[in-house]
Amino acid sequence: MEDQNKTATQVLCYHCGEDLPKVKYQVGDKDFCCAGCMAVFKILSENNLCNYYVYNNNPGRQFKNESHLEYLDEPKIIDQLLDYKHESSSIITFYIPAIHCSSCIWLLEHLYKINPAIYSSRIDFLKKQVTISFNHDEISLRQLVETLNQIGYEPLISLQDVVQEHSSSVDKALVLKIAVAGFLMGNVMLFSFPEYFGLSGFEKQFQSLFGWLNLTFSIPAAFYCGRDYFTSAITSLKHRHINLDTPLALIIAVLFLRTAFEILFSTGPGFADTLTGLVFLLLMGKWLKQRTYHHISFDRDYRSYFPIAVTTLQNGKEKPVSINEIKIGDRLWIRNGELVPADAILMKGEAWMDMSFVTGESDPVHKVLGEIIYAGGRQTSEAIELEVIKPVSQSYLTGLWNNDNYKNNTEKQNFNDTVAKYFSLGVFLIAFAATGYWLLQNDSHKAWSAFTAVIIVACPCVLALSTPFTLSAILSVFDKKGFYVKNTDAVEELAKCDALIFDKTGTLTSNENAEIGFSGTISGEEKIIVGSLLRNSNHPLSRHILKALNVDRFYSLSDYKEVVGKGLTAKINNHSIYAGHLSMLPMEVESARESGVHIVIDHVYKGCFDIKQQWRSGLAQLILKLSKLKLLVLSGDTDKDRWMLDTIFTPKTTIRFRQSPHQKLHAVLKLQQGGNKVMMLGDGLNDAGALKQSDFGIALTDNINNFTPGCDAILKGSALNFLPDFIRLSKDGLKIIKISFAIAIVYNCIGIYFAVQGTLYPLVAAVLMPISTVTIISFTTLATRWFARKNKLI
Amino acid sequence: MNILYFLVGCSVLMALIFLAAFFWAYKTGQNDDVHTPGIRMLFDDEVVAEKSEEDHFSS
Repeated sequence: MEDQNKTATQVLCYHCGEDLPKVKYQVGDKDFCCAGCMAVFKILSENNLCNYYVYNNNPGRQFKNESHLEYLDEPKIIDQLLDYKHESSSIITFYIPAIHCSSCIWLLEHLYKINPAIYSSRIDFLKKQVTISFNHDEISLRQLVETLNQIGYEPLISLQDVVQEHSSSVDKALVLKIAVAGFLMGNVMLFSFPEYFGLSGFEKQFQSLFGWLNLTFSIPAAFYCGRDYFTSAITSLKHRHINLDTPLALIIAVLFLRTAFEILFSTGPGFADTLTGLVFLLLMGKWLKQRTYHHISFDRDYRSYFPIAVTTLQNGKEKPVSINEIKIGDRLWIRNGELVPADAILMKGEAWMDMSFVTGESDPVHKVLGEIIYAGGRQTSEAIELEVIKPVSQSYLTGLWNNDNYKNNTEKQNFNDTVAKYFSLGVFLIAFAATGYWLLQNDSHKAWSAFTAVIIVACPCVLALSTPFTLSAILSVFDKKGFYVKNTDAVEELAKCDALIFDKTGTLTSNENAEIGFSGTISGEEKIIVGSLLRNSNHPLSRHILKALNVDRFYSLSDYKEVVGKGLTAKINNHSIYAGHLSMLPMEVESARESGVHIVIDHVYKGCFDIKQQWRSGLAQLILKLSKLKLLVLSGDTDKDRWMLDTIFTPKTTIRFRQSPHQKLHAVLKLQQGGNKVMMLGDGLNDAGALKQSDFGIALTDNINNFTPGCDAILKGSALNFLPDFIRLSKDGLKIIKISFAIAIVYNCIGIYFAVQGTLYPLVAAVLMPISTVTIISFTTLATRWFARKNKLI
Repeated sequence: MNILYFLVGCSVLMALIFLAAFFWAYKTGQNDDVHTPGIRMLFDDEVVAEKSEEDHFSS
């Protein structure tokens, strides 16, 4: 085993763990795959930070291109980013996607060794955030970010603040309420025991003390811990419909009033322990429902994709400006690889826009002077000058989010709320019937106690608990398989879906293991020539191809020229060589492919390197399993892959190509108007509108740390084949909830039997409630595990 | 038995103190990140003397 490890580390880059190319970079006895990795190692070793490599093998990540950070010098933008600023010290929190292991924690918490002006840095590993306090007189924010970039930890600074600091404030209040409720429940139980065990005459003097203590503890239980139930019940009654909180609020109120009466008039011990126990359990259920993933954000929109600032030209000078301040008529300066943040007209330069964000089409589009370039396009060629015609908030892409036709969440009714209506009705009927009976018997005392007892006993608390417990158990099963669902409500939506829309690029195909293919013929000698040329370019395609060629030596070259985003040319050993886009080549070439890197050596067309799209494995089986659903494929791409899709899908499936984001959105809407519950599977920003509109939007990603558009669930690419099992388990989940409801009814019938007779002793209520709760919780947990095993998910 | 009045008061007071301690801990963010400290404590302190030891051997 150890031998294996040794040989493994020798062929891998010491820093990032990538396979070593045949020509490798070396420092001492350590091998590196690229100059970037070597540079990081040098910085770390200079600063005595080589422990980084001790905690994990190959902890680094490959180096990315340099980015422009001029905007970090603008005071306005700095103020936006800083958490805190006082005299000479500042505190800032960055989101750093590259954080992935303990070495990262170690390195980032030792930043002060690289620059003493950094006082301290703290990592929150799960959120991938680092909070840095630094002296802003000695190190500027820009220098700080540059330092992070140098060691391979580039912070992601986008328009939507990805640093989620106070997002969990609702959660916090709830946890405090649970703490209080637990405290109250424990104490009240303690003071109720003597009553249940029977008090001797001698101890009777304590009875009223315990009673008053219980009443005191009931007040915060009802009005602090249970307040949300009252407000929710009141708002739902105002809208003339009954949700689950309505009967719960009623029960809390009745429990409290009856306890108060019994203790004030010393007629009995009251139901304080039932009240506090109920509130505690209800809050626990609520907490389970709210619990969500710290490290995944489900609410991203276009703003997370947009940078925080863009370079503008003012009187011929470059000036970074915050995106929100861009006005109509501003001149933007967009460099290679930068995003156009607002709809604009091309004024100067040659634009090759990668519109994959917007359309899903991966080939760059050529735009000429005077043409409109929509926001979301990424420039892949030289720097261009644009004039803004619409502010960011009103541009074409942003319109996807401001669309009014998004689902009305108020219309959604889950099982609980539907049942709650009939449940409350039934309980009231029984309660009034019992009261009427005892009033006819002229026993007003029993009438009152029967009325309150029925309401207390017929508590739908099981309903309020079984749903969160079942669904959160399902969530954790999903979670282990790489399927991260936003919350428990979403699981119910998943179970109801009957139509499924696929996006093609990135969803049915995978971007991760893209293979480089070559069409044409090329000799070994020519490969070396091509490799020697591509070695000088930083373009991702060049890097990919170079890696695929894996040549063992390089020639020196002269007359090297790179037209950014279009191609390269140089002279090598008296051969003139061109590599790049068709328009870059010295002669007209007839080629079926427009995209890709075309190679011409000595005026002879050799062929073209192309990234082959890799279809995900097991697709045909997956589609077969899903054939009960109505299936659709909406692709933003051209129909070049139609034959492949036809072999996978059944002829019934609707397959459409060249779909714009808006068309996708309308396809979802149309299905919904036809009464279908739509599940959408997509990956990019171009699916974002449809994902949001659909009843259950799944964002598919190969790397959970990558950015995903707003959605209901995030699915790992490798777990796509489990999708039918996930759907089945969610349906089983609803079954479990219904069964536990039936169990709860049985308990309620026992309780009601005592209650209508007006003889419900508090002890019965106090015992019945925990027993039914324990039964339900253990039933839901066991049943979920059983169903998960049946569906082969555990 | 009147001592019970005192003891009940004590027990409620104790419970209140624990509740307050939890409130304080929660509000000061001690429960915000429960993952990272577990990793952080595994890091060794750096051995500064390493170099002199090397010299000692080489000379």
